[in-house]
Amino acid sequence: MTEIKLSECNVEKIKELCKKFNNDSGELINVLHGAQEVFGYLPAEVQELIAEELKVSVAHVYGVVSFYSFFSMLPKGKFPISICMGTACYVRGAEKVVDEFKQMLNIKVGDTTPDGKFSLSCLRCVGACGLAPVVTIGDKVYGRVSASEVKKIIAEY
Amino acid sequence: MGKFKNHILVCLGTGCRASQSEEIIRNFKTALEENDLENDVQIVGTGCFGFCEKGPVIKMVPDNTFYVLVNPEDANEIVLEHIVKGRKVERLLYVDPETKKHVSDSKHMGFYKKQIRIALRNCGFINPENIDEYIARDGYAALGSVISEMTPQEAINVVKDSELRGRGGGGFPTGLKWELTKKSNSDQKYVVCNADEGDPGAFMDRSILEGDPHSVLEAMAICGYCIGANVGVIYIRAEYPLAIQRLKIAIQQARDYGLLGNEILGSKFNFDIEIRYGAGAFVCGEETALIHSMEGLRGEPTVKPPFPAVSGYKGKPTNVNNVETFANIPPIFLKGSSWFKTIGNEKSKGTKVFALAGKVNNVGLIEVPMGTTLREVIFDIGGGIKDGKKFKAVQTGGPSGGCLTEKHLDTPIDYDNLIASGSMMGSGGMVVLDEDDCMVDVARFYLDFTVEESCGKCAPCRIGNKRMNEMLEKITMGKGEEDDIIRLKNLANVIKDTSLCGLGQTSPNPVLSTMDNFMHEYVAHVHDKKCPAKQCKALMQYSIDPNKCVGCTLCSRVCPVDAISGERKEPHKINAALCIKCGACMEKCKFGAISLS
Repeated sequence: MTEIKLSECNVEKIKELCKKFNNDSGELINVLHGAQEVFGYLPAEVQELIAEELKVSVAHVYGVVSFYSFFSMLPKGKFPISICMGTACYVRGAEKVVDEFKQMLNIKVGDTTPDGKFSLSCLRCVGACGLAPVVTIGDKVYGRVSASEVKKIIAEY
Repeated sequence: MGKFKNHILVCLGTGCRASQSEEIIRNFKTALEENDLENDVQIVGTGCFGFCEKGPVIKMVPDNTFYVLVNPEDANEIVLEHIVKGRKVERLLYVDPETKKHVSDSKHMGFYKKQIRIALRNCGFINPENIDEYIARDGYAALGSVISEMTPQEAINVVKDSELRGRGGGGFPTGLKWELTKKSNSDQKYVVCNADEGDPGAFMDRSILEGDPHSVLEAMAICGYCIGANVGVIYIRAEYPLAIQRLKIAIQQARDYGLLGNEILGSKFNFDIEIRYGAGAFVCGEETALIHSMEGLRGEPTVKPPFPAVSGYKGKPTNVNNVETFANIPPIFLKGSSWFKTIGNEKSKGTKVFALAGKVNNVGLIEVPMGTTLREVIFDIGGGIKDGKKFKAVQTGGPSGGCLTEKHLDTPIDYDNLIASGSMMGSGGMVVLDEDDCMVDVARFYLDFTVEESCGKCAPCRIGNKRMNEMLEKITMGKGEEDDIIRLKNLANVIKDTSLCGLGQTSPNPVLSTMDNFMHEYVAHVHDKKCPAKQCKALMQYSIDPNKCVGCTLCSRVCPVDAISGERKEPHKINAALCIKCGACMEKCKFGAISLS
């Protein structure tokens, strides 16, 4: 196994997390949820360590991480922007809002700005269809967003 | 609800919370304290009322006044006017769009008139974080009577007799499913609640869990008693933090009251519930995929049989039902299966919850008897199409469903009729489309989704959908060839016939149903290189009418790519090669000189 660049204290955190779930490989998804909560994302080193603790292959862990859209292998921005692309938002103009964010921040969907401030992603239905189109930044929800409001929203941060 | 004289019910569903309903509650508290009313008036944060379009919504009890689009600043006025002086705040009442009159009681609103609420019976009435309020509305009475008065088989017979069918989309008879799991011999069995609501545009399961979590817990315990399981697992999307939090509170309260745990209500029946988190995969709505995900694996489906009823979670017999199905169980036991059968039509009994969204005036969560027509749902409850536009289609069943049109408006909604019309019930998403929506683009949108969500296990779904998506992209880009339509149709049918699981087998539905009903739009894209709904950017062209243009230069200044040129006070021109079709110029032009063709 490759050398782990994680700090001692983070290694301990992950080991504890695995132990909390009895190092049971059937609890892999719960362990990954826990690890992502601590680190914000799941870098390769973290996956390697979890594989070792749960006694499964790294490929198995990577297979699960890459299967589920909730898990990310890239760090998110300080203010993660998510645009709902559920059907209700789509037919009420979410794509124009996405285009505007892309242009304003000069990044693609799935990327983070070079300064690490914003990241941009699309998600499938937050279930606030009455407010379509919906944008979330961190925990804050913006409803009935139009492309012309995007500039103002970014300026809040 | 205690000894308070008045109650203010404030919706704390996700939609209303996003519109500051928590701040409304804080302001109410302050206003009540300032007027020494905190001991007379109770504020209750409830689950979703359903009328999300007009959120935040609040309801005054006992007089049932329904206020819509409430701002945090309105709290003070409501307290001073409604509670202190007994006068309704007229400006916050719902205005009937037809009569233009204020309607104060929700019973008289078009949106609520035709609804019958069984699964949503407590949403918007009780505080979901207080088990006593659930119990006050006969909560856990069904569990009590089942455990003390019925054998498991007798209880299963009640469910079978009610003819309840699975509300997750498949429509499999629930009682039969329970019986099959009961018949499987094993030392350990499981009850699983599928709360992995992945269908974009559907949010009924989340609303039930947020607004009435105990009804699901109670039903799972009843199911456990019937099939002989003592462990229940709720598999829920990690994207639903509020529902998870309320479930956790509810489970703990039920344990404290002895309604979950060992020797429930003094009987020999033990049952407890744990929560497992999904991580965002649409295919996990499929039973076998869901079970794999619960085991910490990639959520890939496997061939049935063996059915989960025989070999499911950890290889043990497992009964999987969806949230809405479970929410129907307690009322069936309380009021009897014959009562349940009086609602609905011949082959589909009871009600169905739909998430009504898209281009309709009243977006929200509705529950109607099976057999209600689409027309009643869209025009009577939904209040018709937004901005007076023309109805074009309604998409039901999400990415697995299809589009229904004008000619289906008077078809009664039930499992079988929807399938016969080329769509399906699905979990109950209902997205209304108007004349501005391009049906080819809508099909492409769903294929985008399917391509992303295909688990990749079987080739027809993994490769076939990708190819279909590419063809649709080609068509919407104006590069479609005559043969593409036939190729698309053939491929769609192959994918339908040869995919492994429900996701693949239904993924061509959006394409096939739009082809059946809107072939002329496909032909227009391929043959004439035109998008009749003016949605497909590549097929559109902006132009300036030289007779109307006064040369104000406004359009050339807003153009982000400098595609517009012209001298001041002279007609301007758009360079089509540079134009990115953002539409900014048309929005700004004050003389209506810019048009789209």
